[in-house]
Amino acid sequence: MPTAIRRRTPEELLQQVQAEEEYERRGRLKVFLGYASGVGKSFRMLDEGRRRHERGQDVVVGAIQPKTSHEIECVLSKLEVIPLRQVDGVSVMDTPAILKRHPAVCLVDGLAYDNPPGSPHASRWEDVNQLLDAGISVISSINIQYIDELQERVARITGKSVKQTVPRSFLNSADEIVVVDAPPEMCIERSQDGQMSAATVAQTLSELREIALLLAADVVDRQLEAYLHRNGISQTFGAQERILVCMTPRANAGPMIASGKRNADRFHGDLMVAYVRQEEISASDQEALERNLDIARAAHARIEILDGQDPIETLLKFAHEHGITQIFVGHSTREQWWERFTGTPLDRLIRGANDIDVRVFPH
Amino acid sequence: MPDLVRGKLKIFLGYAAGVGKTYQMLEEAQELKRQGRDVVIGYFEPHSRKDTIAKTEGLETIQRRKIDYRGAFFEEMDTDALLRRHPEICVVDEFPHTNVPGSERLKRWQDVQFLLDSGIDVFTTMNIQHLESLNDQIWQITGIRVRETIPDWVMQQADQVVMVDLTPRALLNRLARGVVYSQEKAQKALENFFQESTLVVLREMALRQTAHEVEIRQVDYDAPGFQSQPGYRDETEQSPGPSDRILILVTPEPSSAMLIRRGKRVADYLQADCFAVSVSRESDLHDLSARDRELVERHLNFARNLHIETRVLQGQDVAKTLVEFAHLNSVTHLFLARPRPSQWPALSGRSLVQQVVHLARDMQVTIVADRGNRQQLQTA
Repeated sequence: MPTAIRRRTPEELLQQVQAEEEYERRGRLKVFLGYASGVGKSFRMLDEGRRRHERGQDVVVGAIQPKTSHEIECVLSKLEVIPLRQVDGVSVMDTPAILKRHPAVCLVDGLAYDNPPGSPHASRWEDVNQLLDAGISVISSINIQYIDELQERVARITGKSVKQTVPRSFLNSADEIVVVDAPPEMCIERSQDGQMSAATVAQTLSELREIALLLAADVVDRQLEAYLHRNGISQTFGAQERILVCMTPRANAGPMIASGKRNADRFHGDLMVAYVRQEEISASDQEALERNLDIARAAHARIEILDGQDPIETLLKFAHEHGITQIFVGHSTREQWWERFTGTPLDRLIRGANDIDVRVFPH
Repeated sequence: MPDLVRGKLKIFLGYAAGVGKTYQMLEEAQELKRQGRDVVIGYFEPHSRKDTIAKTEGLETIQRRKIDYRGAFFEEMDTDALLRRHPEICVVDEFPHTNVPGSERLKRWQDVQFLLDSGIDVFTTMNIQHLESLNDQIWQITGIRVRETIPDWVMQQADQVVMVDLTPRALLNRLARGVVYSQEKAQKALENFFQESTLVVLREMALRQTAHEVEIRQVDYDAPGFQSQPGYRDETEQSPGPSDRILILVTPEPSSAMLIRRGKRVADYLQADCFAVSVSRESDLHDLSARDRELVERHLNFARNLHIETRVLQGQDVAKTLVEFAHLNSVTHLFLARPRPSQWPALSGRSLVQQVVHLARDMQVTIVADRGNRQQLQTA
């Protein structure tokens, strides 16, 4: 998969220029991601603010959690703070005041907080979007339990759920995300509430920690794509395992999909299933194909129906464009006599796959 | 000698020089010292970074050992002195370091094994690019063949792996400000590892590896039949689903190393057993040329160093011998190298891959990619 160097169309160039302009105009969002309270997210956020302030950047604090430690008070005393407003007994970030003050960088904690009814935005993270649109960079911190799409999983692990959340898409839009990783025992010392046994707490925290690391990896993966797109580079890297199962009507789909799913889960990778459309297939083959694709759907695989003259070339092109690291393919034991000389489709697939593993399943 | 409790190993994992691994390690060491624990520095590489050097203040440092090599003196960690001093916790920077010839052990991680065996806890640092099983992917992405590697089982034995995270942009800023390297060295670094896209990929790999390390250390306390006594195993505790067994075919071809790394990595993620074999017509590889025999032995030795069980099989027909052995040992999954272009079948007959796929009808057969370096591909 070498870097593709080709002339881009005017539309692509325009798109790229627009993407660059949009990127330059908007403030940058940086998020410190933690998996539990006590890992030190807020401190890391404030400390970065302090360091930037010392390097001469114009930094203000827009919102900070009410309960603070001595360490945090120390850093806060060195920074300009725009106080929260009290509206109907609720603490609200003073977005108009921040916009008016227009610093280069604003620190915002408690992204998931709801604003009282009647506010311009329902949630604080939407206020942050407004700051970013105005060209103000924001540094923030969040605990994974406040991410909307993770609610169910986190609640299953912790037994607790929260009402106020931030959508995952907001996190995906961050320019930079930093994991505040710490071994669980540090959090246990700080968050021991006596409700759970030490072993259960350790296990719970470990599971949350894994979720946070994988979430960060996914966001980083998206950022890489965006970066490559902005810079007009079409190149893929194998940082994440991506499995492509080649589907045909006669494929033994069950074991291939099951194995694909297990591998994708263990590697925390993606599972895709591709079928190259064939022009004339019998009704029974069509039916068999539908059954196979149903199995793929049940496994939550992403399904791609591809068009192309040559099925092998079409699959390889798709695989290379999508950063596939493993191709799963079925092998028929029936061999045509001429294939001894020309090579079977499988041979051609293996030859063309080059920097992708090919896993052959018996039929 | 009384039974010793093995020391605990904690790895601070990063993805490039300058992300702050050593700084964070020393910060934790200082915190433990404040709590009254007996902490010493076994090896510290200052890299003239002021903030990091300041973090060593007040910590006892064990003098390095001077080793004379070809008329020049090199300094290495003094493992014997550390064993004599026997602290509770020892801080050892740069885990993948290769010792200068003349040292007792080849690698620093082997010195660390000694410290752990004697009951000393060790804090250490390393970057993701030094993990053995990622060596080919790292080469593919960066164009750099990392020579100093840590076998995956060494990382698996660590009690904790903590990711030291910093965004690539922040790292590049540090580099530009001269915090990481001197100006001249920084310029060189920018041309290699320190391209933004490369850093992003390395970081993603480090995050995923750390998540994996966290996952394999989890005990499912909610599983039925969980017992707190060690050694007790209940029927219900057996992991569900079929157990995988992976078999790797080793040959004199240089691609064998790639094959072994990849096979082992997949085996580790699937929690599968992993074997490597070579097949020769005569016993003990005697039908091979001296050079090929040496290469096969080197590859088998490499596999053993990664904790893969190895065997030399004897048989006239490579494919048949391999598949028969696989059947006898309930192997579910074969790993083969890609044939070189010259090895594709002419009119003479089927390639090894074809033969194996044809014979191994109840197994999966993986033909491992050639993760050659992209930069080479580009100029090719």
